[in-house]
Amino acid sequence: MKIDNSLPLEYSTEENSLKILGFWIFLGAEIMLFATLFATYFTLENRTGSGPTGAEIFQITPVLFETIILLTSSFTVGLGIHAMRIGKQKAMITFFSITLLLGLAFLGVEIFEFVTYVHEGAGIQTSAFTSALLTTLGTHGAHVTLGFFWGLFIILQIKKRGLTPQTTNKAFIFSLYWHFLDVVWIFIFSFIYLKGMM
Amino acid sequence: MDFFDRFAVPHPSLAIYASMAAIGLTIIAVIAGLTYFKKWGYLWREWLTTVDHKRIGIMYLLSALLMLFRGGVDAIMMRAQLAVPENTLLDAQHYNEIFTTHGIVMILFMAMPFIMFFMNFVVPLQIGARDVAFPRLNALSFWLFFMGAMLFNISFVVGGSPDAGWTSYFPLAGTEFSESVGNNYYMIAIQIAGIGTLMTGINFITTILKMRAPGMTLMKMPMFTWSALIANVIIVFAFPVLAVLLAMGTLDRQFGTHFFTMDNGGMDMLWANIFWVWGHPEVYILILPAFGIYSEVISTFARRNLYGYKSMVGSMVIISLLSFLVWAHHFFTMGQGAFTNSIFSITTMAIAVPTGVKIFNWLLTLRKGKIVFTTPMLYSMLFIPLFTLGGVTGVMLAMSAADYQYHNTMFLVAHFHNVIIPGVVYAMLAGLHYYWPKMFGFMLNEKIGKWTAWLLSIGFILAFMPMYVSGLDGQARRMYTYSEAAGFGLMNMISFVGAAIMAIGFVLIVYNIYYSTRYESRDISNDPWDARTLEWSTHTPVPEYNFAILPDVRSNEALWDAKKNGHVLFKGEYQKIHMPNNSGIPFIMSCIFFVWGFSFVFSLWIPVILTTIGIFVCMALRSFEQDHGRYISVKEIEETETNLRGA
Repeated sequence: MKIDNSLPLEYSTEENSLKILGFWIFLGAEIMLFATLFATYFTLENRTGSGPTGAEIFQITPVLFETIILLTSSFTVGLGIHAMRIGKQKAMITFFSITLLLGLAFLGVEIFEFVTYVHEGAGIQTSAFTSALLTTLGTHGAHVTLGFFWGLFIILQIKKRGLTPQTTNKAFIFSLYWHFLDVVWIFIFSFIYLKGMM
Repeated sequence: MDFFDRFAVPHPSLAIYASMAAIGLTIIAVIAGLTYFKKWGYLWREWLTTVDHKRIGIMYLLSALLMLFRGGVDAIMMRAQLAVPENTLLDAQHYNEIFTTHGIVMILFMAMPFIMFFMNFVVPLQIGARDVAFPRLNALSFWLFFMGAMLFNISFVVGGSPDAGWTSYFPLAGTEFSESVGNNYYMIAIQIAGIGTLMTGINFITTILKMRAPGMTLMKMPMFTWSALIANVIIVFAFPVLAVLLAMGTLDRQFGTHFFTMDNGGMDMLWANIFWVWGHPEVYILILPAFGIYSEVISTFARRNLYGYKSMVGSMVIISLLSFLVWAHHFFTMGQGAFTNSIFSITTMAIAVPTGVKIFNWLLTLRKGKIVFTTPMLYSMLFIPLFTLGGVTGVMLAMSAADYQYHNTMFLVAHFHNVIIPGVVYAMLAGLHYYWPKMFGFMLNEKIGKWTAWLLSIGFILAFMPMYVSGLDGQARRMYTYSEAAGFGLMNMISFVGAAIMAIGFVLIVYNIYYSTRYESRDISNDPWDARTLEWSTHTPVPEYNFAILPDVRSNEALWDAKKNGHVLFKGEYQKIHMPNNSGIPFIMSCIFFVWGFSFVFSLWIPVILTTIGIFVCMALRSFEQDHGRYISVKEIEETETNLRGA
């Protein structure tokens, strides 16, 4: 395991830089995945059948909460990576923990939102519109859930093993993933909620 | 009793009972054989847990050949059913299942692993690397593909096969018209295999971009590596689309959503659109690596460097871009209007231009070449005229106005077999004969090989040319029989004879493998074909670490350069080599995926939840695992090298 000290720890071995490139390519695949979901949503957006339309069920308050929570978590994960780069393990774990708690809060609001939709008669089986809506939101939510456990395991590993080329590499890749989820959310916020409420 | 009714085949016949017995007996024979010869440990250590790209490649090859025969039996049954008018060999339902599984098995479970075999076996050797970027991910990719294929195959004997065509158009594939679990198998099995393929794509792009030998710039890569790189880029862009599509299909079938239904706003054409956004690039994922193999074989046996290297690369890039812009030509007749049809007509025909460039490059490589007619070269020479014919009928089909005549007729069936068989299958067979000595250390018999190539070609012409005629006459595809008065009888009988000749050809390949294993000489050099690229510069059989010293590359034909200009490829001293350890996790995780898939197909939600947890536990275990691989010492390398050279 040759370590190149002129690079940040997460890039410092050949294996590490391979993993980071590989993950960027994976994010390319994820873009295609969400693009397909968005294309489906835009196709089915007005095909509400006998169910409610977007304007009838969308509420700005919970969505704004979700947006603020997720944007903040993207900021804190960035702070975590900054702390990692300057070797402050404790600060990093703190920032990562805050990120994950914000992720949980986001999921909480999203679950509340889903329950409201179902109460209002907009379940996944109601119409093509609700199917596409809940599938798109659900896919994003599932990604956040996975990210929560992933981040949790990385925190445990850093606690156990410290900041090594391996753990920093994992943490950095996790931060790319988390930022990506935030970008996807911005699209959801703009093109599903804001557009739907107009 | 209710419980077992769900697993029963809804529409059993003698063929299905015979298959059940055959599958059961094969499993018992395999288990008994492994136990008797005490090979369980060997199997586990050397194959099931391997992360060596060469071994994974060979496992892809075995699966592909196995699936070739499964798909081939389907094909023969179809041709036999249609050979005479008003035949009753198969009934309508059985025929539907057979053409559906024939399509999926041949494209996704035969052709795909075949190209995966070449990518796995050849690419790291060709770029002078010791392994792929992510060896364990590579093992996981293979096992996921394999479990997906197996899950799909058991549909024939447990619960019923999918019967809505390989394109599985809704609403036909919805629960309303396809009640059996067949189309659940379609959604889940392809999903599992597709995840594996996507990971292969990521793995090989990283490998090719980052792990090339010193001196090998992008424009000095061998042509097959270029084709693999571009095919993998298409995979990364196309397969997530398929994943979402299959997930929505699953939701529609098993959770009552309304993506593709006929009521509550669902839109059946959405399925067709998204399917072909993946499906059309998919055919280029298959054909581009095939073109790569032809480029290697033709330049080797014409004893010339490949004509127009840069235009070969450029044309592949253009094909990959255009492949995403043509999907709507699959439904010219489904009411999308003249303007849309015109656009897609033009983009479709445009693909003929870069493809034509490639054909001319191959012909110009042959010009003034000293052609050696080996079996791989024979396949390549048969490919050029036959494939061009398929390309021309493709342009005919691309004319949207004329497509109203051809649509859903045997003409279309003839066209795509005409591009896929000479285009992809011949390339795979050429590559199989070409790389066989590198894999196993002996050649395949040339005489039997050439007989096979000619038999396949004669069979192919007899089987598919009549379909152009009967198609233009109006014989619809996917019809399980026709009346005598229709007059299609003669053409279909000729097709059946052709298909039977092709079947003999494929059996001859197996015979060739058997014959050559027993009788062919083991005394071959590292470079039996006098070839031009790096994979032939290492030992035969290839040692675990591929290259004791990483090669120093000067051109896109590094080995030829070394041979002709006296350039030394391997300079310097041996150094210890870092290699990854074997791992059981990919195999175990894929087995859990298999159970997950099976439970999902039958909506057994408790096992689904348990196996989902199992999959995530495997991922977590992998995350916590600390495995930095191992080193092969200089002494070990010296010993291996002396042994290989001395023998």
